[in-house]
Amino acid sequence: MKSLLLANEAIARGAYEAGVKVISSYPGTPSTEITESAAKFSEMYVEWAPNEKVALETAIGASFAGARSMSCMKHVGLNVAADPLFTVAYSGVNAGLVVVVADDPGMHSSQNEQDSRYYALSAHVPMLEPADSQEAKDFVKVAYTISEKYDTPVIIRLTTRIAHSRSYVELEDRFEADAKVFSKDVSKYVMMPAMARGRHKIVEEREKKLQEEIPNYNLNKTIIRNKKIGIVCAGNVYQYCKEATDASLFKLGLVYPIDFNAIKKFSQEVKELLVIEELEPFIEDSLKANGIKCHGKEIFGVQGEFSVAYIREKLYGKNPPKSEALIPVRPPVMCPGCPHRSVLYALKQLRLTVNGDIGCYTLGASAPISAVDACVCMGASIGLSHGFDKANPENSKKTVSVIGDSTFVHSGITGLINAVYNQGKSTIIILDNSITGMTGHQDNPTTGKTIRGEHTYQLNLKELCEACGASSVRVVDSYNIDEVKKVIKEELERPSVSVVIARRPCALLIKKHAPYQKILQDKCKNCGMCLAIGCPAIEKRSDGMPINKELCVGCKVCNQMCKFGAIVQGDSNE
Amino acid sequence: MSKNSYKTNILIVGVGGQGSLLASKILGSIANIMGYDCKLSEVHGMSQRGGSVVTHVRIDDEVISPIITPGEADYIIAFEMLEALRWAYYLKQDGVIIVNEQKILPMPVIMGKEKYPSDVLNDLRSKNINVCEINGLQLAHDAGGSKSVNVVLIGVFCALNNIPFDVAKDALYLCVKKQFLDMNVKALKFGYESVCKAQ
Repeated sequence: MKSLLLANEAIARGAYEAGVKVISSYPGTPSTEITESAAKFSEMYVEWAPNEKVALETAIGASFAGARSMSCMKHVGLNVAADPLFTVAYSGVNAGLVVVVADDPGMHSSQNEQDSRYYALSAHVPMLEPADSQEAKDFVKVAYTISEKYDTPVIIRLTTRIAHSRSYVELEDRFEADAKVFSKDVSKYVMMPAMARGRHKIVEEREKKLQEEIPNYNLNKTIIRNKKIGIVCAGNVYQYCKEATDASLFKLGLVYPIDFNAIKKFSQEVKELLVIEELEPFIEDSLKANGIKCHGKEIFGVQGEFSVAYIREKLYGKNPPKSEALIPVRPPVMCPGCPHRSVLYALKQLRLTVNGDIGCYTLGASAPISAVDACVCMGASIGLSHGFDKANPENSKKTVSVIGDSTFVHSGITGLINAVYNQGKSTIIILDNSITGMTGHQDNPTTGKTIRGEHTYQLNLKELCEACGASSVRVVDSYNIDEVKKVIKEELERPSVSVVIARRPCALLIKKHAPYQKILQDKCKNCGMCLAIGCPAIEKRSDGMPINKELCVGCKVCNQMCKFGAIVQGDSNE
Repeated sequence: MSKNSYKTNILIVGVGGQGSLLASKILGSIANIMGYDCKLSEVHGMSQRGGSVVTHVRIDDEVISPIITPGEADYIIAFEMLEALRWAYYLKQDGVIIVNEQKILPMPVIMGKEKYPSDVLNDLRSKNINVCEINGLQLAHDAGGSKSVNVVLIGVFCALNNIPFDVAKDALYLCVKKQFLDMNVKALKFGYESVCKAQ
């Protein structure tokens, strides 16, 4: 049976067919749908972990215990999980272990454009890169074979265009792998210096052996076409090269270790060898270091996504049509009724320095709210404010951190403990919208529900922050601008660490909206104050400022902005 | 996808949250029912939050890249007027752009920093582009809910492209949850029947 699947869904299907028993992940665009769709197979245990490090450690534990396991994350998530990755590369596996990492060239939804292939190189872990959904599924199965045969974790790398593209996949039955037994083996599973030295040798031998045996797995393929140019490529770039050129192609399915012998042979068949790869010159540098003459990066660069049009432009000077008109940009915005909007607006009014974090509230850096001043990585907002405080104690009276509930649990808790332990004075605002929002609504420990919607222990953020030693933890209604302002002002004056939990569920979670709001044009003075909150539902037109009924969810934040009482509840029959 | 030409590139453009993902999924199912290869490229994550979103749908005997090259789209299905203008350069010379006559103001316009073009349809026609405009929101309301604009537009596309209504309906059944099926079948029908004559 054929099914039109996202590569992410195909990875989940591959895990199912490969007899995987445990999957633990943290959501992150463009990897989220792997774990979400895996949760639909009752044969596998699937969970959201609080962060990628815990997720990978759980998968490692399951592998040691004898169950095929998987952990999925976005590129920056692998930084969080790098610690266990580098050491499980030494200890190896019991049952197969696959880590799926999704890079985001072009930064559709990320804070950097890092190239995760270097993790494979530096941790000495094989890495596979599929070029469509069918390969995504097939490669998962090969990955488990390689993992168990060579006693190594295996990484599957996706990029956004693969992860979020759909193509047909042939579905097959699940293979029930026999459960393996965990037997005590200190030299393999306990990575203390003496044992790790022994394992490091094995890692090197393992890699050599795999290098020799790569052809057995048919992961790479050669397509001989015009022999003037030969192109080495992988993943989505292979598809672009195939369509944009008539050149001969060497497609890598195994991007680490690279089959140098086969590429050398290929290079002898063509006049000129090009490497076309997004991001860093990972393949190109490796080929050059192994004495294979090639080039590419000086033409294609290291930034952004490639495409058929881009490759034609760079190779043949063919310019695709471009948009000529000056069209207003449409940046992403906080949704109508987003509970972050009113809190961030309050912070702007208080003229505070706002250390932001990773989540929808980062959008509060854009006009007209323009409240967020810094954003680095998951959990960083709290460390940043503590740093501001220690750089100059006066800063703590005008600096706050804003962090979402899921991000706080991911890696904000240790920041809070640090600020308290080191006698800081930060004020931390947890924007608790009861969900992991930006990635498309995943449950987390604060929602009291598992990935499959089962009820579980609900982490109490207030009690947690108190237990960490915050001297004051107060809960406010995100929609109430005056209350938010008052409480934050008081907490900034407090000479110790305090936490304000601003609470309101994500507007997209509410299926039945409150009645929409409307502007009484006879009372409206056209002052524009309601526009300052940057709600996409309020439109500015030459004949006044109507509220778009289709967009308004009735949060009434705009009512608080109007000094003339011109904004009122609309008639539900209108 | 009509009988004599099955190579079809369709770009679906709109504003995050308008339901372009479901629209592309329905087109994928139609391709499957009709026995063609198909690839879709979607946008998830940050841009979905009210940003400009574009989904590529490619249907052919064999599809290679999932991305459409500018100047090679046979159809653009625009859920919003400004987005129609923004992405029109993807259309090939004799291509058709289906425009839902709905305006969603982007933040720079709401803030008064930029102007929303006054006559998008005319701007498009002045470039010799084949435009098929439709009041999708009205038809969606008539069908029972504004959320079904996406299905109305798929109905328009199918009618323009001579795809049998029953094929589109079968595809809809595969993609839509049962409780929304009645509304969406109506929306599909209203879109299908409304087809204006694009030149």
